[in-house]
This record gives sequence, structure tokens and C-alpha cells, in this order.
Amino acid sequence: MTSRERRNLVTGLAFTSLWIVGFGVFLLYPVAASLFYSFCDYSVLQSPVWIGLENYERLAGDGVFWHSLRNTLFYAALAVPLGTIVSLSLALLLNVEVKGRAFFRTVFYLPSIVPVVATSMLWLWIFNGQYGVLNAVLRPVLDLVGASPPAWLSDPSWSKPALVLMSAWGVGNSMVIYLAGLQDVPKELYESASIDGASPWRRFWHITLPTISPVVYFNVIMSLIASLQVFTQVFVIAGGLAGQPNPLEGQPARSLLFYTLYLFSTAFYDLRMGYASAMAWILFVLIAVLTVTANRLAARSVHYAN
Amino acid sequence: MPRRFPDTLRLGPRLLAATALVLLAGACSRAPKDERVRVVYWEKWTGEEMAAMKATVDAFNRSQDRIFVEFLSVSGIDRKTLLATAGGDPPDVAGVWVQNLAAWSDAGALEPLDPLIEASGRTVEEFMSRYEEAFTRICSYDGKIFGLPSTPASTALHWNKKLFREAGLDPERPPRTVDELYEFSKKLTKRDPATGRLVQIGFFPRDPGWWRWSFPLWFGGSLLDEAGNISLATDPNNLEAFRWVEQYSDLYGAEELNVFMSGFGQFGSPQYPFFAGKTAMVFQGVWLNAYMRQYAPGLDYGCAPWPIADPEIGHYTVIEADMLVIPRGAKHAKEAFEFIEYVNSANTAATSREELRGMELLCFLQEKNSPLREWSPWFAANHPHPFIDVFRELARLPYAGHVPLMGVWEEYSREVNVVEERVRLKQMPPERALALAHDRMEESWRRHRESVDRQRRAAVRRGERAAAESSALESPPTPTAALLP
Repeated sequence: MTSRERRNLVTGLAFTSLWIVGFGVFLLYPVAASLFYSFCDYSVLQSPVWIGLENYERLAGDGVFWHSLRNTLFYAALAVPLGTIVSLSLALLLNVEVKGRAFFRTVFYLPSIVPVVATSMLWLWIFNGQYGVLNAVLRPVLDLVGASPPAWLSDPSWSKPALVLMSAWGVGNSMVIYLAGLQDVPKELYESASIDGASPWRRFWHITLPTISPVVYFNVIMSLIASLQVFTQVFVIAGGLAGQPNPLEGQPARSLLFYTLYLFSTAFYDLRMGYASAMAWILFVLIAVLTVTANRLAARSVHYAN
Repeated sequence: MPRRFPDTLRLGPRLLAATALVLLAGACSRAPKDERVRVVYWEKWTGEEMAAMKATVDAFNRSQDRIFVEFLSVSGIDRKTLLATAGGDPPDVAGVWVQNLAAWSDAGALEPLDPLIEASGRTVEEFMSRYEEAFTRICSYDGKIFGLPSTPASTALHWNKKLFREAGLDPERPPRTVDELYEFSKKLTKRDPATGRLVQIGFFPRDPGWWRWSFPLWFGGSLLDEAGNISLATDPNNLEAFRWVEQYSDLYGAEELNVFMSGFGQFGSPQYPFFAGKTAMVFQGVWLNAYMRQYAPGLDYGCAPWPIADPEIGHYTVIEADMLVIPRGAKHAKEAFEFIEYVNSANTAATSREELRGMELLCFLQEKNSPLREWSPWFAANHPHPFIDVFRELARLPYAGHVPLMGVWEEYSREVNVVEERVRLKQMPPERALALAHDRMEESWRRHRESVDRQRRAAVRRGERAAAESSALESPPTPTAALLP
């Protein structure tokens, strides 16, 4: 290394030092520490005591842990496909040459810039069993068949589907990414397909989808990760329901007890940081496995242009 | 077998906390420019409760010239105090929830107040005998005092006299037994004649949902047996309590009740069902009067003990108080205790608002009942709450219930709440809901005691002073067994 190269290196490191320190102190160290704590009996207030695999063994027999995992997987299994369909459909519509296209694009993106807490409070009222807008619309319709709408968030069998519906509200970000992907689809392909007499559906299926498949892949992975980590909405909603003073229970009747909510209460209320760290690492492994699986599947169906 | 791990790894959280605090220090420090010792006090309340405490802090700061208490209103008090204590830089005084007391002292995070009480020239017995007995019980854990009350309260049945009149009931006579409570509720229930939907109900066990854990105690049951084991599913009186919960789901219809309940507003709002006239009776704390003045002025109501559920127990109430504690590692523990002692004292000869001191000043401003046995005549005669005597009497009941002081209480209370949910929603019969929660808590309680034991042994191996004092052979603390005297 010449002296000039060394000087450049030092300058470069000096310029990035803030990030390096921040990364080390606020990310690398906590991540490494949490792995260590997951093998410890650790209450935050006392020094960790090494207990080997005990936390993991206990998690295997913890019914509420499995319940929270099931709740989360149920949510992800519905929210990811719904989000993908809604955001892709919106992107396709907004890609059509119509008057006021910029206006519509803005309107459909708007919900994504509303903070999650505000959105959650809003949906809390939309879903309200007695005064909610949604039920005000549904009631007369369902009356015709002699049924009445559910109390949504207050009803354990409808609370998760309600959250799934709510998640479709925030698809703006993936919609924009889809839109960018759609603009990259070569127009010539559509033109030649039209000349050959391909229907719009066939053009979508054989041209659009394969061309944007990397974008679909990216969005699905991102929304899968986000769904498995869903926290804020649930925390606000489970705590904002009438007569539900403690969001940590995942009320009603634990139907909204999601993985991260259980992790949070275990760590900071029950003072079992070691146990919660083990949960965090299981979630990490779960997400990693799902991503790798998706990667394998994608190898066959995702087409990259070059 | 637990093993020791390198000390360097323990430095991490401290370094982190230290970095954060250095960054914050510039913004927060506004030390008085005199020789006084600065005591940092974190409190969770906002609004009127905070204003009252702030006034009490100011009164303390004026009352002497050696200590200056710096009052900070902090949200998420439990987690912030916890992390600050773990990081080795806690406030000198923190106003935490009573349910934090046992868990935190199991983790060695709180300074026992006994030596400080004794240093002030009184025995602990003398000091604590000044309180109504129920309040002394929630301050002590494992034979030591770990906190002293700051927002004391007893709870009562509140009933809406106007709705009683409309239903043809005597507005001056509250229900005296749970059977009467049920009968009155039936009479006070109104449905929309066209749709059959509920528009008003008498009483609803879930409202406000803060004392669901106390239903078993009210019915003569227990949460822990005499040996300190979980007794949720083994005490037959507990089953009675949750059958009582189920009774109301049957009365109103579980689903209909759920829909009706979803229209309830939050407590601090005019839409709170008792304020809005949707419920005619509710168990609420002494604070309700102040909220009513703000959100439902002129509401004609009365206060009475919880109706009798078990003749052997008779009248019942739940006692609550927040706890002023000194976290482990506080820099000015002695001065902090002087402040706590001031808040927990009173001028029993006070003849005007200006002469009120400590607890009476705080409780006068917060419109609550003082937990001390002796009240100054002025405080008793001029208290802003019209029914303060009811609450004073309630605090004296031999069967005043309170949260059990046990290290896994956060979790236990959640489990009991889930039992109530499952029963109320008619998801499962009370027996099954209780059995599920019981099994879970038994396991968790065993684990907790194991963990406390393990931590103590580890601390002794490290040769930590505090741990060495309490013998390693000593078994982990068992909580106040019966929870009821």
C-alpha cells in the first residue's frame, strides 16, 4: 500500500467512522449480545447466568408461544397474497394512460405516508362493531339475508381478518415499486403480441408477469418479513379497544397476540430477556428459512433481463 | 449447571446507557445553582395527578434548604426505570406501579427502605403502623419495605341515581349482594324495541377491566394458597367468581354484549359508558369524581362498597397505590428517602389548605383518600370528594383486596384476564379456562422461583455484596400467602 493509498484509506474510514461506530454499538453488539442472552437466564436487571439450551427447550413446550406463532403465520398467509394482489392490481390500473393519472397515483399512495399509529386509530373506528362505518354499510346489506355484521376487532374470530383488511390500506410502497417495474416492460413485446392476437389477460400472463417477476419476488419477500414482524398496529389496536386496558394480552381472547407482542411483553414486562432473545432468534431463523425457500422457488420462475 | 461468563460482556449495556445519557445530559441538566443535593424524581402521571404531585414536590423543596427534588414526568415509567437501573444510572426516586414491586425486588433492582426508615429514628413497625393496614401490605415484600404509596385509592360501586329512578328502583339504595346486583341489572337493562339491541345495561363485570384478578378474592377465593402455590383452578370459590362473570354474558347475550361493549369510549372521555349513561353501575376508584366533574358534570351518583359476594368476607374493596421506590444504584438514596418520607407524612393539626403537608396535600389535590390512619380535621371536613368518608371506611375493611406481591404478577394478571375473556365470550366453560391458566401459571411460577434461586447462587459465586448478605441457602421468597388477612 502506497502512502497515498493509506491516506485515502484513513480518510475513507474517517468519513465512514460515524456509521461504523453506530453500526457496531447499536446493531452489531446488540445482535451478538442477544444471541448470547438467548442461552442465559437474564432479567436485564441482573447479570446473565448461562443455562445452555433451556430457553429453547421451554419455548418448545410454551403453548402461548405456539399460539402467537400460529396467529402470526395466519396473518402473514392472508396479508402477503392480499397485499400482492391489491398492490399489483393498483399498479396495473395506474399504469394505464388515463386523464389525471398523476392525481390517482398520488391518491393511492397517500395512505402510506400516514403514520401507522394514526392509521390504526382510524381503523379502530372504521371497524367499530356498533358505530363503525364498515358495519353501517354492511348492516343493511346483510339484513336482506337475515345476518348481522361481526364486531370485527372485538370478535376473536374476526379480529385477524380485520387486521388483514387493514394491511391492504398500506400497499402504497409496494405499488410504487410495481409501477416502476411495469414501466420497464418493453412496449415492443406488447405490440407484437397484440398483432398476434393475444388477449389482454394473455399479455399480462406471458409478458408483464415474467418481466416484472424480480419485482414481485422482492415485494413478496419484503411483505413477508414485515407481516411476520407486525407489531405497531396490533399494539395500538389491542390497547385501544374499549375495555381492553392492556394491549399485551392480544385481546380479544389472545386472538391478536402476535409473535412480536409476546416477545415484547416477555422481555420488558415479565423480565425474561433471555427467553425473549431466544424467541427473537427463532423468528430470525424462521424468516431466513422462508426467504431461502422463496429464493429456491424463485430460481425457476424469476427472470432477470440480463 | 449455570456458569459464569466473562465480565466484559456485562459492560455492553452500561456503555450503551452511558452513551445515551451523555447525549441527553446536555439537554436535561438544569441543576439549581446552589449547594442543595439534587434528587431526580421520575413520575408517570400527566394531567391533574401530575399537577398535584408537582405541587407537593414544590412544597417539599420550600420546606427545607438542603435538598432539591427535580420532578420529571416520564412516559413508560416501568421500562425506562428498569433500563436506567440496569444501566447503572437510575433516578433517585421513581413512582412505579405496585405490580412492579415484587418482580423488581426479586431482581434486586430496588433498595429496601427498612434501613432508611430506621435511620430516621423510628422502627419499621412504628412507621408502617401509621397506614391503614391494607396499604402496609402492598408496601412489603419478602419481609422488607420496598416502596411507599403515592396515589392511594380504594374502589367502590358507583351507581347512577337518575337511571335507578327511571327503572323504578330506590335511588338511595345500592345493591348489597351480588344477587341484588344481578336483579338490579336486569331492571336497568334497556333494549331498542325495534331491533332488540342493547341501549343500556345495569352492570357489566368487564367495566373497567382493571380488577378482574380480584373477582376470585371478592368471592372468598385465592390466587395463591397458604403454601404459596398457584390456586387458580384448585380453589372452588374462584370458579364461583367466573360463573358470576358468565351469568352476565347469559343475561345480555355474549355476542350482543360484545357489540354493545365495542361502542364504549375510553375511560378519560365523555363516552365512558358510565358517564354516557350506558351502564348504571360500575366499580371505580376514588378518582372517578374528578373525572366526572370534567366529562359528565352534574351526574347524580352514589358510592357504596362492592356488593357482598361471600357472606364470610362481607363488604369488599380493592386497594391500590402507586409506589415511590428508590432504584438500586440511586446516587442520593438518603435524600431521596427524606422526600418519600415527606410525601408520606401529614400535618394532623392542619386548620387550612396552606397548612396541609405531604400526603394530605397530595390527596387533597388529587381528591383521593389518604392512606394514613389519622386525618387532620380540616382535611376530613373540607375534602373535595363528596363521598370521601365512604372511601376512607372502605380502606379500613378487613377484606380489602390488593394485587398479590409475587414476581410473576404481570403474567398472572394477564392469564386471569384471558380467563375472563374466554368466559365472557363463552369460548369455553369457566372450569376449563381456569385449568388452562392454572397449568400455565404453575409452570411459570416454578420457573420464576428457580430463576431467582439461580440468580442468587450466581451472585454469591461472583461474591456480590448484596447477595452475600442474604444467604445462598435461603429459598426464594414466597409471597404473602393468603392475600387476604
